[in-house]
Amino acid sequence: MKIRWVAIRALGLVAAVCVLFFSHAPAAHAQGQDRAPEYYRADIQYGAQIFASQCTACHGVSGDVIPGVNFRAGVFKRVVSDNDLRATITTGVPGTEMRPFAFGASELTGIVSYLRNMNSADAKGAFIGNVARGKEIFNGAGNCAACHAVNGKGPRVAPDLGDVGALRTADLLRRKLVDPSDNLLPINRSVRAVTKDGKTINGRRLNEDTYTVQLVDEHERLVSLAKSDLREFAILQTTPMPSYKDKFSAQELADIEAYLLSLKGVK
Amino acid sequence: MKYLQRTSFLLLISVLIPFALRAQVTNERLLHATDEPQNWLTYSGSYMSQRHSSLKQLDPANVKNLELKWVFQAQSLQKFETTPLVVDGVMYLTQSPNDVVAVDAKSGRVFWLYHYATSPASRPCCGIVNRGLAILGDTLFMATVDAHLIAIDSKDGHAIWNVKLAEAAAGYAMTMAPLVVKDKVIVGVAGGEFGVRGFISAFEAQTGKQAWKFDTIPDPDQPGHDTWRGGDWEHGGGAVWMTGSYDPDLNLTYWGTGNPGPDWNAEQRPGDNLFSDSVLALDPDTGKMKWYFQFTPHDPYDYDSVQVPVLVNSNWNGAPRKLLMWANRNGFFYVLDRATGKFLNGKPFVKVNWASGLDANGRPLATPQPAGATTYPGIQGGTNWYAPSYSPRTGLFYISAWENYGTIFAGVKADYVEGTRFTGGANASPIPGAENPTGTRTGPINTYTEAMGSGAVVAMDPATGDKKWKYEMHDVNTSGILTTDSDLLFVGGREGYFQALDARNGTLLWKQNLGGEIISGPMTYQVDGKQYVTICSGNSMFTFALRE
Repeated sequence: MKIRWVAIRALGLVAAVCVLFFSHAPAAHAQGQDRAPEYYRADIQYGAQIFASQCTACHGVSGDVIPGVNFRAGVFKRVVSDNDLRATITTGVPGTEMRPFAFGASELTGIVSYLRNMNSADAKGAFIGNVARGKEIFNGAGNCAACHAVNGKGPRVAPDLGDVGALRTADLLRRKLVDPSDNLLPINRSVRAVTKDGKTINGRRLNEDTYTVQLVDEHERLVSLAKSDLREFAILQTTPMPSYKDKFSAQELADIEAYLLSLKGVK
Repeated sequence: MKYLQRTSFLLLISVLIPFALRAQVTNERLLHATDEPQNWLTYSGSYMSQRHSSLKQLDPANVKNLELKWVFQAQSLQKFETTPLVVDGVMYLTQSPNDVVAVDAKSGRVFWLYHYATSPASRPCCGIVNRGLAILGDTLFMATVDAHLIAIDSKDGHAIWNVKLAEAAAGYAMTMAPLVVKDKVIVGVAGGEFGVRGFISAFEAQTGKQAWKFDTIPDPDQPGHDTWRGGDWEHGGGAVWMTGSYDPDLNLTYWGTGNPGPDWNAEQRPGDNLFSDSVLALDPDTGKMKWYFQFTPHDPYDYDSVQVPVLVNSNWNGAPRKLLMWANRNGFFYVLDRATGKFLNGKPFVKVNWASGLDANGRPLATPQPAGATTYPGIQGGTNWYAPSYSPRTGLFYISAWENYGTIFAGVKADYVEGTRFTGGANASPIPGAENPTGTRTGPINTYTEAMGSGAVVAMDPATGDKKWKYEMHDVNTSGILTTDSDLLFVGGREGYFQALDARNGTLLWKQNLGGEIISGPMTYQVDGKQYVTICSGNSMFTFALRE
């Protein structure tokens, strides 16, 4: 029997495994010079927090203490592109007080976004998240821990979020929280397979090639399937993860975001 | 629609959670690993470390029909020394420097990859390598070249905890597969060429909290310290860089220790230099030492005794006895009583002239060679860390050997500087102008002459210490050995051939050129009724099974 390759939109029902979402993807905005940079409000806010704790001692609150440098006015000594800015932050400037900073990708995105927007960033109305409150929501009212593990503790129905704060930008995390299906990455899609002998397998896709697909199934087993053994194979387009847009306030969303950003993985 | 989606979500969770109970690798499974030969649950296949499988689908009659099933290409040009684990159809392997990869054992396709960014300060002596993993429950354990121990979720490759054991910049490193015993993960540190002070340490598998630490070089308050002069012990070596074994009845683990420091200038450290070049019997719960046996006291040759301890229950002089078998880098094959450490027998398995034999207690009768004369075996030893095998069917012990291999040793004074080599030697090949064969080959051309040494698989009769047969190779042999209940013996070699021999007599049954040095141990497993055999060669891992 020929396999029915089905793309199921808006399904994610009983048969679907609770797949998801916070997983490996490039930052949502440009980092190179091949297109105009885009900066997101959540990243700018995250960067503002980092700047306040890590940079103001030397650069000042307005970023204009070092002679020849004025972040708010966009004046730099060596930096032209965002990549230059990232490189300067991560490698430091030899012979000066500017030491290397071991920031992760999300932190770098945040701080670059903030530095590029200091002249227009409006601190008013910004919701600074609280990590402890966010953790409480994650494990409580948000029911996030029902599907997501953190550093190996919890179910594997959805991806482990133990290092999500190192991999994802603040903006991407916020968008996931309010509209998870619209921001569902291909690598995190659920799959539903039916073998030629009628066995149904639901799982979260880990890898796929022309002839096989690898997944973690609903029993948390690693399974490799030969497509030639299947009569049906569907990659689901939506996620059963609910949107938290109307469930939580802006402050509570910021709290969850702050908690997720604090998850930097095991060092 | 949103209501429907939310409802289905909650329903899904309620359905899935009960299924979260998985077939974990329990202590019970580890204790009886040989009862599930379809899996390979520890570095050497079981706590006895015999690297022997009861699988029999492959046998001397059909092994010629082996064909390649899949290849995994490591994203690394370092030596590929890993022995993978296989658990219920999933293979877990390591690639340099410290990546863990989960692959489908039938197809080799990847489920996930965990990457650990090692410290640039790490400086393992002899290659940025890793030899494998341990598993307990759903957690894998990996020791790293920058001296960390990391717990990793076997289902998705996420790190669970990471503990630092020692300073990589000082020369500490870890290359071994850890040993899990009960609720603990036990590892040792490498660094014998950097004047480290070796140790073995246990960590709680759940949390990574250190449970105990045993220093292999005793301080002034510990027994054995009187075998050192002054402060020599502080940089005394005794590294532990291969996986130990475990006897649950005696509740003892067994670990080999490496050379004293500096390696070759023994005049600089008078005394027996305990507990270098020894086997240590440690309580896995407390780290307390029950007994030790030193193979090479006051070693001037770098005869590390880190070989995998092989445990055998057999008759000895007509009575059942718990034995420990050990083919040592110093060229002697030993049989000990593993309950007491008592020496039972020992004979050379290669050409040896540094000692004329062993006394009644197993202590070597040293015969140091005159200055400028050749000592056998040479620097790399009669064997090294390459996992041996014992077959309960044949009753033979199998060794990857370097034969007729010598070195002109010359010790020179070494000053200890943290993080730099502390070896103290100006050693040379006995062939003027030739290189001294080293631990790894740097290219495909071999112009060694016989006088530089050659390789072999040597089958020893433990009861007598005599050789039963020998399979000779042109190049020296850096491969581990696997035997099966069908009397097959699999072995690689530096030449890149993967070979199947008849374990009873050493007859070559099958060979395949894999194109790169084989410097790991073969292993076997079974999925869906098909037996596979796996070996690393060059920078790739190859898996074979019978032609369909």
